[in-house]
Amino acid sequence: MGSILGSQKSREILFQAVVLSIVAALLVTMVVNTRASLEAQSLTTGFGFLERSTGWDFSFSVLPYSISDSYSKTILIGFLNTLLLGFLGISLATLIGVAVGLIRTSKNGLFALLGTVYVETFRNVPLILQAIFWYSIISRLPRPKQALSLGDTVFLSGRGLYFPVFNIALWSVALMLLLFIVWLFFLPWLRERLNHSSSYHVVKRIGWLLLPIAMLVIGYLARIPDTPLLDMPVLKGLNFKGGMRMPPELSALVIAIALYGGAYIGEVFRAGLMSVPRGQIEAGFVNGLKPFHIFSRIRLPLAIRAVMPSLTNQYVQLMKATTIGIVIGFSDLFMIISTSINQSGQTLELLAILMLGFLLINLSIAFVMNSINRKIAIKGYEVKD
Amino acid sequence: MTDATYKLPPQTPFLRKIQNSLFSSPLNTLLSIATAVFFIFIIVKFVDWAFLSSIWHAEDEPLCKEAGGACWSVIDARHRIIFFGLFPYEEHWRSTVACAVMITTIVASCIPWFWSAAKLSTLWLLGFCTFYLLMHGGLFGLSVITPERWGGLALTIFIFAAVSIIGMPLSIVLALGRRSKLPVIARLFGLFIDFFRSLPLLTILFTAAVITPFVLPGWLQGDKLYRVIVGFAIFFACYQAENIRAGLQAIPSGQDEAGLTLGLKYMQRVTRIQLPQAFRNSLPSIVNQFVITFKETSIVTIVGFFEILASGSAAFGTGKWTVYYIEVYVFIATIYFIFVFSLSRYGAYLERKLRVGHG
Repeated sequence: MGSILGSQKSREILFQAVVLSIVAALLVTMVVNTRASLEAQSLTTGFGFLERSTGWDFSFSVLPYSISDSYSKTILIGFLNTLLLGFLGISLATLIGVAVGLIRTSKNGLFALLGTVYVETFRNVPLILQAIFWYSIISRLPRPKQALSLGDTVFLSGRGLYFPVFNIALWSVALMLLLFIVWLFFLPWLRERLNHSSSYHVVKRIGWLLLPIAMLVIGYLARIPDTPLLDMPVLKGLNFKGGMRMPPELSALVIAIALYGGAYIGEVFRAGLMSVPRGQIEAGFVNGLKPFHIFSRIRLPLAIRAVMPSLTNQYVQLMKATTIGIVIGFSDLFMIISTSINQSGQTLELLAILMLGFLLINLSIAFVMNSINRKIAIKGYEVKD
Repeated sequence: MTDATYKLPPQTPFLRKIQNSLFSSPLNTLLSIATAVFFIFIIVKFVDWAFLSSIWHAEDEPLCKEAGGACWSVIDARHRIIFFGLFPYEEHWRSTVACAVMITTIVASCIPWFWSAAKLSTLWLLGFCTFYLLMHGGLFGLSVITPERWGGLALTIFIFAAVSIIGMPLSIVLALGRRSKLPVIARLFGLFIDFFRSLPLLTILFTAAVITPFVLPGWLQGDKLYRVIVGFAIFFACYQAENIRAGLQAIPSGQDEAGLTLGLKYMQRVTRIQLPQAFRNSLPSIVNQFVITFKETSIVTIVGFFEILASGSAAFGTGKWTVYYIEVYVFIATIYFIFVFSLSRYGAYLERKLRVGHG
């Protein structure tokens, strides 16, 4: 015994084994406890409940749904709702963020102050408070009869935002998107193949010209018969008919995430723009580039590369922040899961699905952003942060 | 160095600086004027709404409709709900003093004189115990008020303080564990930290509030408030641990090796060499984590606690006050803003100061 404890090495191994067994014991106790308390409530474990129909309603869905849908479909809808909210919020936040980053790095001190005031206002108030604030305002807007209108095409009322949509089949939109993505992947392959020759640029130009035309043709062929091409929201009786409706919950959350995220992303972009070494910009001046070209060809490309890691981080954070939507009743993944837990009692299984969902989202964001990062990295040039 | 060679670089005069910044070209002048007009418009509008055309007293509420400005009557009438929640009316002074004690503690810990493990932990334990004693009562003839009846700003501050007190030591343990030389320990701590960091805070709070009763044996469950605080503290510690780890990694390895050659034990090297430098290295991000945590305390409203956001919603929830929600939200936002803005300015000040120190 003395010799075992005598050597540093064996003491370390013993210590690790003890820690490991304590952790294992904890996990086993938790599982046993859970089993016992579930049995006490006579609940069965397992994922069989996913095929049962839910029988409850929720506020918003991107797909058509009914209350007789199964748990698995309802959860999928929640997941898609989260993705939609995240996509809209993060896209707008990025646009605002880039603008704010540019404003804050402006040489004009007064103009830069505008960006500072924006960032400090929206960054220092909790997101959840902002979401509730916008929701209170939107849901108290006038009824559809007195809706605020923008040229009689877009209407804002207490029931949400109404805007016109094209009467085309859903599959064609997916096809257009697919076409676009294939084209984006085809370009780098073509560049390798044609070895940057002038014929590559000709093909590229023609492609960019043909792409919108092809999309228009697809859209025209996929028209839903016997309907006008553009579906306009029209006031009929007490509510709007036609068009697309963005409910107040979604509108408020998108506004809140865009403004809050915009403040954070603005700071990220500012740091990125400031991190570009002065020598690079001065070299541009020496070569006689105009200020705009120095910005678009030197400063912005280098800044984008510098911000990629922190931008990825911000996107993941904003995606996680969408869960606060439950406070104003937006049926995102978290709300669907917590309602399911209340209704079915399958606590642990549903929690596992929730965690898996967020793991999937986070890993996808990280994967996409890292791929972009690798793709645009300049060989032999490292931006210091 | 003689006077002849010592010459200050030429300084741009103040007016010249303004000219360069605002009026360097016609286009820039136009931009400055447009921004100035925009600023003046916003400021005039806001001052008019908030101060000039506003109504201040609860009794004057009938005048609000015509006034066209903010109706601060709602705050005058309902501020006790916002600040104290369901705390018994005649004991509100206890909640006020408790908040004042905790805020003093937070401000005091920003002063460098307190920056040693012994002083900081004494300060926080003293502040926290005073806060708890005042709020909970049961000693010195104070009546007992259980946490279910705490609310408003006091609950927000309590959650923030408790999360900091539990989370900070835990974060040090997690950071050291993840950097351990023993592979099993390092892996375990790494897994733990990454798992909690990959989840939204709300999921963790929800698990702590609703699901832990299934998982833990009865004697370990405790009150719902304490479960949520522990869950929040673990979440906080996992983020803070990564900040501390970044600080630890920035220390040159020669520092630790010097400790080894002097024959210092592991604990001595950690407390005397590693941690002081790690905290100095990552102080701005550590302060920033506190800033984020203060804002995130608002999320506990979703799992059913009556902190300042929920009590604010209750403040305009009844009778004639329902139309004055904007005033209440602006008021609460201002309270958050004061806390978060001053903390984040302090973080920025530290960052500047430390950068100068590094030369």
